[in-house]
Amino acid sequence: MGFEAVIGLEVHAQLKTDSKIFCACPTAFGMRANSNTCPVCTGQPGVLPVLNRKVVDFALKAALATESTIRRESIFARKNYFYPDLPKGYQISQYELPIAEGGFIEIDTKEGRKRINLTRIHMEEDAGKLLHEAEFEQSHFSLVDFNRTAVPLLEIVSEPEIRSPEEGGAYLRMLRDILVYLDICDGNMEEGSFRCDANVSVRPRGQSTFGTKTELKNMNSFRNVEKALEYEIGRQIRVIDEGGEVIQETRLWDVAADKTVSMRTKEEAHDYRYFPDPDLVPLEIDEGWIGKIRESIPELPLAKRDRFQREYSIPAYDSEILCQSRALADFFEAAVAMHGNAKAISNLLMTEVLRELNRDRVDITETKLTPAHIAGIVKATDDGVISGKIGKEIFQIVYQTGDDPVKIIEEKGLRQVSDEAAIEKIAQKVIDDHPGEAMTYREGKKGVLGFFVGQVMKGTKGKANPALVNEILKKLLEP
Amino acid sequence: MGRTMELHHLTLEDLAAYLRRKEVTSREVTEHYLSRIHTHDEEIHSYVTVLHDEAIRRADEMDAALLRGEVRGPRHGVPIGLKDIFCTGGILTTCGSRILSNFVPPYDSTVYRKLADAGTVLLGKQNMDEFAMGSSTETSHFGATKNPWDRGRIPGGSSGGSAAAVAAGLCPAAVGTDTGGSIRQPASLCGAVGMKPTYGRVSRFGMIAFASSLDQAGPITKTVKDAAILLEAISGYDPKDSTSVDVGVPPYREWCGRELTGTRVGIPKEYFVGGIQPEVDREVKRAIAALERLGCEIVEVSLPHTDYALACYYIVAPAEASSNLARYDGVRYGYRSEGHSDLIGMYRQTRADGFGVEVKRRIMLGTYALSAGYYDAFYGKALRVRTLIKRDFLEAFNAVDVLVTPTSPTTAFRLGEKTEDPLTMYLSDVFTIPTNLAGLPGISLPCGRDEENLPVGVQIIGKHFREEDLIMVASALESVLGAFGVAGESGAREES
Amino acid sequence: MPISAQEVLHIARLARLALTDDEVAAFTEQLGNIFEYMKKLNELDTQDIDETAHAITLRNVLREDRVESFADRERIFSNAPDREGDCFRVPKIIED
Ligand SMILES: [Mg+2]
Ligand SMILES: [Zn+2]
Repeated sequence: MGFEAVIGLEVHAQLKTDSKIFCACPTAFGMRANSNTCPVCTGQPGVLPVLNRKVVDFALKAALATESTIRRESIFARKNYFYPDLPKGYQISQYELPIAEGGFIEIDTKEGRKRINLTRIHMEEDAGKLLHEAEFEQSHFSLVDFNRTAVPLLEIVSEPEIRSPEEGGAYLRMLRDILVYLDICDGNMEEGSFRCDANVSVRPRGQSTFGTKTELKNMNSFRNVEKALEYEIGRQIRVIDEGGEVIQETRLWDVAADKTVSMRTKEEAHDYRYFPDPDLVPLEIDEGWIGKIRESIPELPLAKRDRFQREYSIPAYDSEILCQSRALADFFEAAVAMHGNAKAISNLLMTEVLRELNRDRVDITETKLTPAHIAGIVKATDDGVISGKIGKEIFQIVYQTGDDPVKIIEEKGLRQVSDEAAIEKIAQKVIDDHPGEAMTYREGKKGVLGFFVGQVMKGTKGKANPALVNEILKKLLEP
Repeated sequence: MGRTMELHHLTLEDLAAYLRRKEVTSREVTEHYLSRIHTHDEEIHSYVTVLHDEAIRRADEMDAALLRGEVRGPRHGVPIGLKDIFCTGGILTTCGSRILSNFVPPYDSTVYRKLADAGTVLLGKQNMDEFAMGSSTETSHFGATKNPWDRGRIPGGSSGGSAAAVAAGLCPAAVGTDTGGSIRQPASLCGAVGMKPTYGRVSRFGMIAFASSLDQAGPITKTVKDAAILLEAISGYDPKDSTSVDVGVPPYREWCGRELTGTRVGIPKEYFVGGIQPEVDREVKRAIAALERLGCEIVEVSLPHTDYALACYYIVAPAEASSNLARYDGVRYGYRSEGHSDLIGMYRQTRADGFGVEVKRRIMLGTYALSAGYYDAFYGKALRVRTLIKRDFLEAFNAVDVLVTPTSPTTAFRLGEKTEDPLTMYLSDVFTIPTNLAGLPGISLPCGRDEENLPVGVQIIGKHFREEDLIMVASALESVLGAFGVAGESGAREES
Repeated sequence: MPISAQEVLHIARLARLALTDDEVAAFTEQLGNIFEYMKKLNELDTQDIDETAHAITLRNVLREDRVESFADRERIFSNAPDREGDCFRVPKIIED
């Protein structure tokens, strides 16, 4: 029996505000424990929350970028539960009237473009962190750090419309790319600024009702999400094939063991007792506010990809890679504006440039490279001033020094030799030095031409124009 | 000023005037009150914390400022009391609970900050029902406060310590809080003036929350003018409280002593049916007659949903409270039950030991009302009924300027009389609760006494942000009825 | 509206309150009585009535995204029933 997976993803994205959602504490990451705290975010008796305007601005950006319907009036609610990292005994979140509903995200799948609908987008505060004392197993205590408490989060919930781990990964990457494009989230899964939980179930293909779902947590990279989904789908199918039943439960992804494991169920079923937070007043979003935010929305990754393919005639694969980062895409366009060979510029960016960026773990804006550098290298190649091979060498120097490629070509004498007489002289010498090979060629074994080309290039320290070398050799070798 | 004149009979207004004229120093006044607290408060028990040294130090500062010619307005150098619900940085703040019995706040409430900026001297933190949940100040972890007029009786609550202290001459004035009548009812039962402003008039920042959508701070004083003077000091928009309202604070004092001619006074008929002590009914009607003589037009009005207010309140307030009190978990401050190896055990025992029975009862009530499957039947329903109650008032205010009712259905009852039956206790706030639900301002002032010589209070309710109307009407009424004065040793009125 | 002792115990678990047997018995009766009294709200037809969560209607109360650090953090930590450095120490969570 064929099964299909039904997956819904719940993403928590930390918003890049300076201060927390309900108090003026900084949101900076990696500070000493409890250094970003105040009476409000440690839940002292008598304190009150006041909403950070930028959190709303950011939520509106995400809502507009996903074509969600923005509620004219939305409210905050309290989600009540006890946990030491939750200082008030409740999380301020949105429940019945979230800021946005019903948007979508488009992804590219093997079957083509697919729309994944969003259930909702809402704002909420993050919880703190429990640190476990050294040798946790032996210790009877945990330590509580409230630095992360009340850092603003957007919760983005998809409909259960994802059908495979690959689609899940594509959805997550696209969502991450959008939030990063909007400049409202770092999108860093490893550091926890972009977190994902998954609801997974399987059902026989063709069945319209859902199977029993499990909730997956603790997946802190895109790869882990895909692996966890893969594992969990397989596990559920196995359970059913063996005549068993899937139990509704929360399971954790165990990175070391490469599998999901059941988190023992809590003492009681959750009953969060949501109710409108009486300390906060309703939020009313008017057209003026929406209009202002709309103006600040940049071209989004998918639209940019499509445009790059159309406008620059580069392959889908290239445009996807280039558009993963807004800075890289901008860089590409700026370079193409200076020299129109988009494909060659794309090639250089996708190979040499990305290799360096990945190795040094930097963004293109953090390097010495400018679009003019890349355009300059490609132009010199296209103009026959240098060969492609020399181009790569020049790129290395530019990347290290930030020097102008044209200057490097001149100073280091890397200009390609296109002087026909000079090449002909070297070529004739090579032919004279290798009479056997020349005979072989003349007898019809044209494959030996490559050998002569190599020898001539060697003789010119790689600077000879390869096309010219080919042409001259052929002429000299013909009987 | 003649030294024979006892300082504790002076109103805040007069004290401030003497202070400004340098006829008495803040230190003298403060020491006088501290010594009275020392002598009388063992019995009354209106204070949880008395700030002996700090108050004198602060009084000296205020005296020095005065000598330099720096006067911080009409409250400069006047000592006051504060309900132990306001966070005072560095000063123990218990909220009447064991769970906060060792809590020293790391910050100041806005009310305390404003009072300090106004030049007042804090005498101490006053007793209250635990987390303001009660109508008798008997639920305090630190023991009950006694009514100065009859020490076998309760002072009302939850701001019972503040009302008793004002009535017993243990502070010239105080600031309490009112969620369902907690300022007005004890003021009424102690013969003081108590005012709950419009919701949003006074910042709630730093005021330990009971029911966030109902809580408001307000003054408890000897006279209406004193209430106006104190209200001016604590009112105003606070960016730290999202529910505080940005409307200007009028000079409330200027509404004292005005003519009432033409003022339309509504008498809601639902407040004068069954269950009222006959003397309360009699004295309140006497006050209404006095208003008529002062030139008011008396109009009977109807607030048809009055009978549902109590049920509505006892869903909304405990629901909010059950959530507001979740933070008392033994993790960051306050009492923690020791010797637990697991967290949940620590939580449950900390809260079992730390909260008294009334607080637990309301947490249970509120948790139940919000729990799965019950929200719509209880909390949602109550919020809709709240709309009807508010609507009643707004319609009545189309025809009248203020409403006049009894503050409490009875005068002060005996200690222990109602502790066994929560519903009976809840009924003592039946006339004050509707104004909290509607967010309206209300004032209680003494209007007579019962057969036992216990004070009876009359309540005046006004439109949103029209506290000045209440002050105008109450001040005129007070001028014909007289203030209640200070209780003496035996509970008899001390002649001043 | 009678409430069972089981319901009282369930609510107490949600509210993290350990109750004695006497408290369970007392609350079972009292909460039952109180909710019985609350039933009077059902006399009112509220189908078309909006909820009033706040008596005063306010909208969009917001602060600007500006950082202001709280200087007196030691006064927060010094209230901790059990602290280690600047951290609050709690017993470990034992799932049962
Ligand atoms: Mg969430
Ligand atoms: Zn903070």
